Amino acid sequence: MLRPFLERIRQGEVLLADGALGTMLMQRGLRSGASPDEFVLTQPTVLQDIAREYLAAGAEIMVTDTFGASPLKLAAYGLAEKAGEINRRAVELMRSIVGDKAYVFADIGPSGRIVKPYGDTEPGAIAASFEQQMQVLVEAGVDAFCLETMIDLAEARLAILAAKKVAPAIPIVATVTFEKRRKGFFTVMGSSIRQVAEGLAEVGANVIGANCSSGIEQMVEIARELRAATKLPLSIRPNAGLPEVTEAGTCYPETEEFMAAKLPELLDAGVSIVGGCCGTTPEHIRAFRQVLDLRAGR
Amino acid sequence: MEILKQIAEALQQGDDEKTRALANDAVAQHATAKRILDDGLIAGMNVVSEQFKKQDIFLPDVLLAARAMYAGLDVIKPLLLQEKVQPQGRVVIGSVQGDQHDIGKNLVGIMLKGAGFEVTDLGNDVAPERFVETAQSENAQVIGMSALLTTTMPAMKRTVDLLAAQGLTGKVKTIVGGAPVTAEYARSIGADAYGYDATNAVEQVRRLVKGE
Repeated sequence: MLRPFLERIRQGEVLLADGALGTMLMQRGLRSGASPDEFVLTQPTVLQDIAREYLAAGAEIMVTDTFGASPLKLAAYGLAEKAGEINRRAVELMRSIVGDKAYVFADIGPSGRIVKPYGDTEPGAIAASFEQQMQVLVEAGVDAFCLETMIDLAEARLAILAAKKVAPAIPIVATVTFEKRRKGFFTVMGSSIRQVAEGLAEVGANVIGANCSSGIEQMVEIARELRAATKLPLSIRPNAGLPEVTEAGTCYPETEEFMAAKLPELLDAGVSIVGGCCGTTPEHIRAFRQVLDLRAGR
Repeated sequence: MEILKQIAEALQQGDDEKTRALANDAVAQHATAKRILDDGLIAGMNVVSEQFKKQDIFLPDVLLAARAMYAGLDVIKPLLLQEKVQPQGRVVIGSVQGDQHDIGKNLVGIMLKGAGFEVTDLGNDVAPERFVETAQSENAQVIGMSALLTTTMPAMKRTVDLLAAQGLTGKVKTIVGGAPVTAEYARSIGADAYGYDATNAVEQVRRLVKGE
């Protein structure tokens, strides 16, 4: 039985999360325009294989294939009715591979809708969609909710409040995507790092941070600013850089050597959970594991 | 006319009710729909677009300004028809087949409308056939395609190819954009233009419509 991850973080441990899923699925036949979350039903063995690879690479936090599995988001693919099945199966699949060797984090991404008055969707509809998804996830047995790639602080807060309502005892890791603008780092919707840090803490996030965005170098800057803005533990999952489209296909420029070499800077910034986002692979996670083990004197 | 300036300001503040009320007042004061459009709504959106480009404001400010613009357009739409005001051009836009992301595409639509273009927005996951058919039925000069995913970008090429197969190359121009799309990619698939952001896309469409 694993000790609660928040306890380990409080004692100064750094935990390693897995790497990208979406870009791995693309290499394994995810059709353009198809729902990556539907893989849970159509190709479960592919997901299990990827999970095994990340586990073998040394990840201790494994994230489910449910990023786009809120009913609102699935509706864009005509799959809203399958939300319950996808979320439940995704957790079961992940648990079948990791057992009690790793934490299972339930991935939750944006609804794809913009909240009124900026967009056309009522906050209540977004909250209800998150609540439905979270209810199934928590019944299936997850160790945390992992909100990722949030671009709107208001929506991230709705998701955190939904989690608190559905399952107040489940820890919440909430990470946001920032862009570098002329005046610093901001979300697409214009919230600064400080506003995000305060806004997420206020509604009860246990761990906050950033994911996706760009490569690891910019993430070091973001992590430092987050550290200055909050006392909460930080989770940072960088992309392997920004995608480059070549004739051979899409590639992400940052190699495992490059990212692992930069990892100590991220750790020095005071990060408690590290992992990878788009373009990272089990090799990246293995390289991170070596850096972490070396630092911990293992 | 002072009221046209007030319309532009209300729009910049994202106040849709005020923009609507002022547009009605302007009509009552016998301003032509063309002037309300050009010196009120478009003038206001020009400022918003410029501020967004300079990163002085963010997406939510643009979305609110757009809402105000639509409120004003609703008021003058029937009058524009009566006055036989021609749009700057007609553009069909959409996110390409397989792509469900629309923030960027919506932003381009807002900026195009704010620059006086007539825009038919086909939404997300738009098949090449639909782009081409709609461009013809709407008599559009330009098709604008957006993709956020590298995996959906090839659908842009299929639309360009379909236009060629139907002998429409040059008659219906194409512009592409979206996070992973580059000028080189646009060139490599034979698109007529690449917009690196929403304001640039409007400039490019203007150029395409002029036949440059």
